Amino acid sequence: MHPTTPTRREEFWAGARATLPLIAGAIPFGIIFGAVAVTSSLSVPAVMSMSLFVFAGSAQFIAVGLVAGGLSLGVIVLTTFFVNLRHALYAASLAPYMKDLPQRWLLPLGFWLTDESYAVVILRYNQPDASPYKHWFFLGSAIAMYTNWQICTLIGIIAGRQIADPQSWGLDFAMIVTFIGIVVSLIQNKAVLVSVIVSGATAVFANHLPNKLGLMLAALLGILAGVAVESIWPQPGAETETPGAVTGETL
Amino acid sequence: MNEPLLILGMVLVTFGVRYPVLAVVGKIKLPEPVFRALRFVPPAVLTAIIAPAVLMPEDNQLLLSPANAYLVAGVVAGLVSWRSRSLLLTIVVGMVVFLGWRAVFGAM
Repeated sequence: MHPTTPTRREEFWAGARATLPLIAGAIPFGIIFGAVAVTSSLSVPAVMSMSLFVFAGSAQFIAVGLVAGGLSLGVIVLTTFFVNLRHALYAASLAPYMKDLPQRWLLPLGFWLTDESYAVVILRYNQPDASPYKHWFFLGSAIAMYTNWQICTLIGIIAGRQIADPQSWGLDFAMIVTFIGIVVSLIQNKAVLVSVIVSGATAVFANHLPNKLGLMLAALLGILAGVAVESIWPQPGAETETPGAVTGETL
Repeated sequence: MNEPLLILGMVLVTFGVRYPVLAVVGKIKLPEPVFRALRFVPPAVLTAIIAPAVLMPEDNQLLLSPANAYLVAGVVAGLVSWRSRSLLLTIVVGMVVFLGWRAVFGAM
């Protein structure tokens, strides 16, 4: 793909660039979060701290809803845990590629792990080139997401309800369409196709479950289905296959 | 509400889910079946996020109709990605169809 190995700087900016459509998708949610959160009983410093130190979009939304609903601190923290459980799957999937990184890398990258960065970073790790700086791609993606989330939260806090319904801008579709493009490029054999169908169907039927547990259930069943199909019809060379027909340029 | 304690609790459970697995799983040698299963995480998880967003954009109700701009643009984006293998083209066409469809037929 690359005649020469990309430098750290190139990986960093490639990671930030690859995350741009997902950042666009996060903008309305960041603004809505800030706006909604300050109208709950939370103080402005608490709202900003949540974005700065928790940095988990869905969990922050749900926590603010629970605060407004008057639920206890313990319930809110426990709910946050369940909403974020899917990150354990992301971490397990990334870990084999990151095993040689020192703690000073693993700590911040662990903190910055989100749906969005996971999606683009796992694609980068799956690419066959032997770049030693793929964690810089992760760093670029993570810092871009993080910076955007802080700015959007702040805009939401300051502008509050004056911004007319940012969800109606249609930017929320940006994340969905990016994920669709990634998933389609990953469907390269029967096992992945079945995995995707099972996961998608389960996610729809289990969508009523609270705390994103439907998402977890769907992902787990989808993974099991993929493994089952693969063991029935082994794919030639499946172990070394790169599930990323999406190339660095298209990202 | 004790706000500092709330933030601290949320930080601990969020970081506590993200970081330890990242730090530990890489250090131990995973059995081959686990490693194989992990390769299905990206398509399975991303689909689990997409499917409800596209098929049930409002209130947990399946909306299988041309009035659902998410569904129409999602299907078009899927086809574009499949034929072109270009993520950028997929995003551009998908967004144009989504915004255009809503402009013409109205947001739900």
